[in-house]
Amino acid sequence: MHFISPVLWQFLVKWLTEFALFPPEASAIAPYMDAFYFFLLLISLIGLVLVGLMVGVFSIMFRKEKSPQATQIEGSTLLEATWTIIPLALFMVCFVWGALLYFRIYNPPTNAMNIYIVGKQWMWKAEHPGGQHEIDALHIPVGRDVQLTMISQDVFHSFSIPAFRVKREVIPGRYSTVWFRATQPGTYHLFCTQYCGTLHSAMIGDIVAMSPEDFRKWTAESTSGQSLAQNGERLFASMGCVSCHSATAGARGPNLAGLYGTKEMLADGKTITVDDEFLRGCILNPTTHVVMGYVPIMPTFQGQISEEGLIDLVEYIKSLDTADRIRQTLNDSDYSPNQVGPTGPAPNYRSRQLTGADQLPDAKPDTSTSKGMGPSPQ
Amino acid sequence: MDSQTVAVRHEEEIAHHEGEHPHYLRHHFETVEQQKEASSFGMWLFLLTEIMFFGGLFMAYLLYRNWYYDAFASASNTLGIGLGTTNTAVLILSSFTMAMGVYCAEKRNRRGLLLSLGCTIILGLVFLGIKSIEYHEKYVEHHIPGASFSIDDFVHPHDKRDIALDPSTAQHAQIFFFLYFAMTGMHALHMIIGVSILFALFYKAWHGAYTTGHTAIIDNFGLYWHFVDIVWIFLFPLLYLISRHPLH
Amino acid sequence: MSTIVRLPNQQDATLPKRSYLNQEYGLKSWLLTGDHKRIAILYLISITFFFFLGGAFAGLIRLELLTPMPDLVSSDTYNKLFTAHGIIMVFLFLVPSVPATIGNFVLPIMVGARDLAFPKVNLLSWYLYILAGGIILSALILGGVDTGWTFTTPLSTHYLNTHVITAAMGVFVAGFSSIFTGLNFIVTTHRMRAPGMTWFRLPLFVWSHYAASVLMVLGTPVLAITLVLVALERVFGIGVFDPTKGGDPLLFQHLFWFYSHPAVYIMILPGFGVISEVVSTFSRKRVFGYTAVAFSSIAIAVFGFFVWAHHMFIMGVSNYSALVFSLLTMLVAVPSAIKIFNWSATLYKGSITFETPMLYAFGFMGLFTIGGLTGVFLGSLGMDIHLTETYFIVAHFHFVMVGGMLMSYLAGVHFWWPKMTGRMYPESLSKLAAVTTFIGFILTFFPQFILGYLGMPRRYHAYPPEFQVLNVLSTAGASVLGIGYLLPMIYMTWSLKYGAIAGSNPWQATGLEWQIQSPPPTENFLEIPVVDYEAYDYEWLANKTQHEVTTVG
Repeated sequence: MHFISPVLWQFLVKWLTEFALFPPEASAIAPYMDAFYFFLLLISLIGLVLVGLMVGVFSIMFRKEKSPQATQIEGSTLLEATWTIIPLALFMVCFVWGALLYFRIYNPPTNAMNIYIVGKQWMWKAEHPGGQHEIDALHIPVGRDVQLTMISQDVFHSFSIPAFRVKREVIPGRYSTVWFRATQPGTYHLFCTQYCGTLHSAMIGDIVAMSPEDFRKWTAESTSGQSLAQNGERLFASMGCVSCHSATAGARGPNLAGLYGTKEMLADGKTITVDDEFLRGCILNPTTHVVMGYVPIMPTFQGQISEEGLIDLVEYIKSLDTADRIRQTLNDSDYSPNQVGPTGPAPNYRSRQLTGADQLPDAKPDTSTSKGMGPSPQ
Repeated sequence: MDSQTVAVRHEEEIAHHEGEHPHYLRHHFETVEQQKEASSFGMWLFLLTEIMFFGGLFMAYLLYRNWYYDAFASASNTLGIGLGTTNTAVLILSSFTMAMGVYCAEKRNRRGLLLSLGCTIILGLVFLGIKSIEYHEKYVEHHIPGASFSIDDFVHPHDKRDIALDPSTAQHAQIFFFLYFAMTGMHALHMIIGVSILFALFYKAWHGAYTTGHTAIIDNFGLYWHFVDIVWIFLFPLLYLISRHPLH
Repeated sequence: MSTIVRLPNQQDATLPKRSYLNQEYGLKSWLLTGDHKRIAILYLISITFFFFLGGAFAGLIRLELLTPMPDLVSSDTYNKLFTAHGIIMVFLFLVPSVPATIGNFVLPIMVGARDLAFPKVNLLSWYLYILAGGIILSALILGGVDTGWTFTTPLSTHYLNTHVITAAMGVFVAGFSSIFTGLNFIVTTHRMRAPGMTWFRLPLFVWSHYAASVLMVLGTPVLAITLVLVALERVFGIGVFDPTKGGDPLLFQHLFWFYSHPAVYIMILPGFGVISEVVSTFSRKRVFGYTAVAFSSIAIAVFGFFVWAHHMFIMGVSNYSALVFSLLTMLVAVPSAIKIFNWSATLYKGSITFETPMLYAFGFMGLFTIGGLTGVFLGSLGMDIHLTETYFIVAHFHFVMVGGMLMSYLAGVHFWWPKMTGRMYPESLSKLAAVTTFIGFILTFFPQFILGYLGMPRRYHAYPPEFQVLNVLSTAGASVLGIGYLLPMIYMTWSLKYGAIAGSNPWQATGLEWQIQSPPPTENFLEIPVVDYEAYDYEWLANKTQHEVTTVG
């Protein structure tokens, strides 16, 4: 290789060694996806070889030189049935396999830790329940089920982590979810895969999968001091929500304590489960989400709360499990230091296994909302 | 073959063998029958594309009516039922006069044809006139979606006390009016095209066309006119009659 | 049951004195023509222009992707480039490609008619096409549009300041052009068949065009109204597609894909027709399982309407609809598989020669098989999550659309070139072009499958450096591909004057179009033929040829 200049040679070597052919398998679902992929590849290969063989062999055997006379054949029902049914059967296998994989990827396990993602042109914002905010990056622990609840602030985006083999559209106006469990610590690509305007290809980021200890360290270091629920509580007070949803006897609005996850009857007779999507809808379009027995008097908050604010509120409502907790917010809104929660923090968060934050040390400031609220000047 | 050559040939045909090879038979058809079948088949297919065209709008209507029923009902109640009903009657009547036109053309009745076409034109124009009055009303009431849209007029569709619709619901009336203008606008566009063609047909019929046995164009235009009519028959209840409040 | 092939001696062939080409002269005689053959030529010229324009944009895209950095053009320009490439290629090339050129030319002759049912509508359709082309070009010249060819809302309605309405209007008009073509084909097939030309004597080319026409007629209007809504939404900002005002952006997706998925069948079905003709002709054998191939076209058209939501699997459609649409997607793959196998089986016991159209057809069969099977990857729900919106999609639809459709388009153009112009193209050069195209194609798009599985998103202006090697391969392939497409354009033009005279039936094919002179006379048939033989009846042809020889001698 002496005739190639050393600089060029180095460049070539670097270029060729850096080049990837197969994405890293870094999540629990990845091996399943890859197995299916290889199955599909196998089918394709068989199909291609079959067609190639037929075309190739017949072309050689029946070329004009060897076969000056064509023999007219009408067709063969048996053969045609064969190559209808076999592909159909194979495609059905693909369908079932694919469907199983799909439901596995899109139905999060109940005990996954929840992280909120807000997409906007052209950045990703991640909101950890403990109050860690990230931009164009997402830190997650290895070996834990992580659920992402995602929403877009403007146009369609799509949250894609090729190394985890997961992707989901991030839609304006409604939450979508995806989950994964990282298996290999490392830094992986995060792409926006739905075309979203000028800097679409700059809407990328890093997924940092860390060992649980590292993650714990990271959460402790990067907390903003306010959990999402705490932010939500402040919003709840400052937007005046608390004046109607006061959880007192004569309250004009429904009591929100312990509401999350329950079934509610709506004014039009439908029954729904209270989830993130429903709570968000209630805040933005109250009149279309009226709960049975209440008058639609709540004003809309469309355009007044950012997506992050909505997430905070939802997270706050999720955290409420007793009416006391709300009444406490009432008082907290005056920021009087002597109203430190008498009920104690621990029972407040029993219903919050969903977020999983309680299992982590950084969730400490989170689980003692009222303590944190009182003394701090905010 | 160039159309001019065709025209030349046609004139020759008129001159020589009027009876056996009618001048309106285009060069690429074998028989009059075939030409007639082809043109009416083509017209039906075209109407099918029109159905799909309006279908997109109906789909959007269906979705939002389901989502925002109250806003739709309330907004629907602000539409002028009297004008709407009159228009429906006008359009049905025009369909009748159009059908009479087709009948007269087949019977080779030139006066009848002209009369029917004339009536159809007038009724079509009346429809468009009433429609523009309605549009103007909407303009005055600030019900045209956009920046100046006003939500003051919407009352709760079920509540008998005439209480105002709450603002967040009332905002969705914009979607209703958007669809109202999109759907009736598309329909009116079809009416305008139809009336323009009617003028052309009237002019030609005045000079003796369509009453010599070659009625394909009148037939096909009749199909078009009835189609436009039928679209209105669907639009009227969907837009004007959503849970009509007895008071309005 | 055997047929001897005897290709006619082309030395004796002469150009006919009178044909549609020299019936009249002058620009006006072309621009005001009602003759389907002349309109086909008009389409051929305009489509070629837009193809090379779209191709140039593709070239620039590939050039930009040579390096991972966004260095050749700015992001805005890049977005405008792929949008222009997509809009031009989809609406101005792929949709009208085979139907409006080859279909326009041969379909009426194949059914034994003097013209399409509505010649003026046919001409109108060309003018609409030109108008659409003009509008889209003006959108590009005025500063371009960067929505992507999918016009995704709310991006296209509320977040972009480019010429979205102009471009949408162009697509709207192009839609009507294709509606009129489809309408004409359906009526012609139904009402203009020559005596004795029953449905099951129709060449498969007509069947596949019929199926594609049904899709054009029923699907395109939905796209039209969707684009009207996009334009209105942009002008008035009402919120039909804007979630902040209560609209549903997914409604747009549903409406858009309701057309745009069938649109891929509009694009590929006519290509299937070409392949049926070519494979049968060059193996001198009736297409294996004629009815199965005919009905599979219809099946594709029917199922094709009910699979649109497979573009939205990751967008939060309900689980049930995801299941149903995935199942239907699997079903629509079966008729395509049937076709591929039937074409392969047609070769069995044939007497095969390897003229250029046949080489393109072989290329088609290979590439379309890959394209079709990778479609199964994407139709499988779970796999789709990882693959959608990546280069895998790009590779998949380029395999189907370019590998499938463009190969069959070129096969068709070569196959019917002697009929259209009366002259042969240079055979060895064209074989070179066919092979070049095939190699260039594989090199361009195969690496994109790997890129897709690696996760490289589509429409990316810049990408991580580890994807570079594959991108360089792809760009290298694109340059080969470009040469492969330029070659035919050059030698075809050359052959107009210098090509050998073809004679009426240089391939000894059975279609009615081959039984009349090349180029055909304006009225196609001096007398409407009475058809008394089946499609692809090579024995009938052999007898007829023999008979002609004896009478002349």
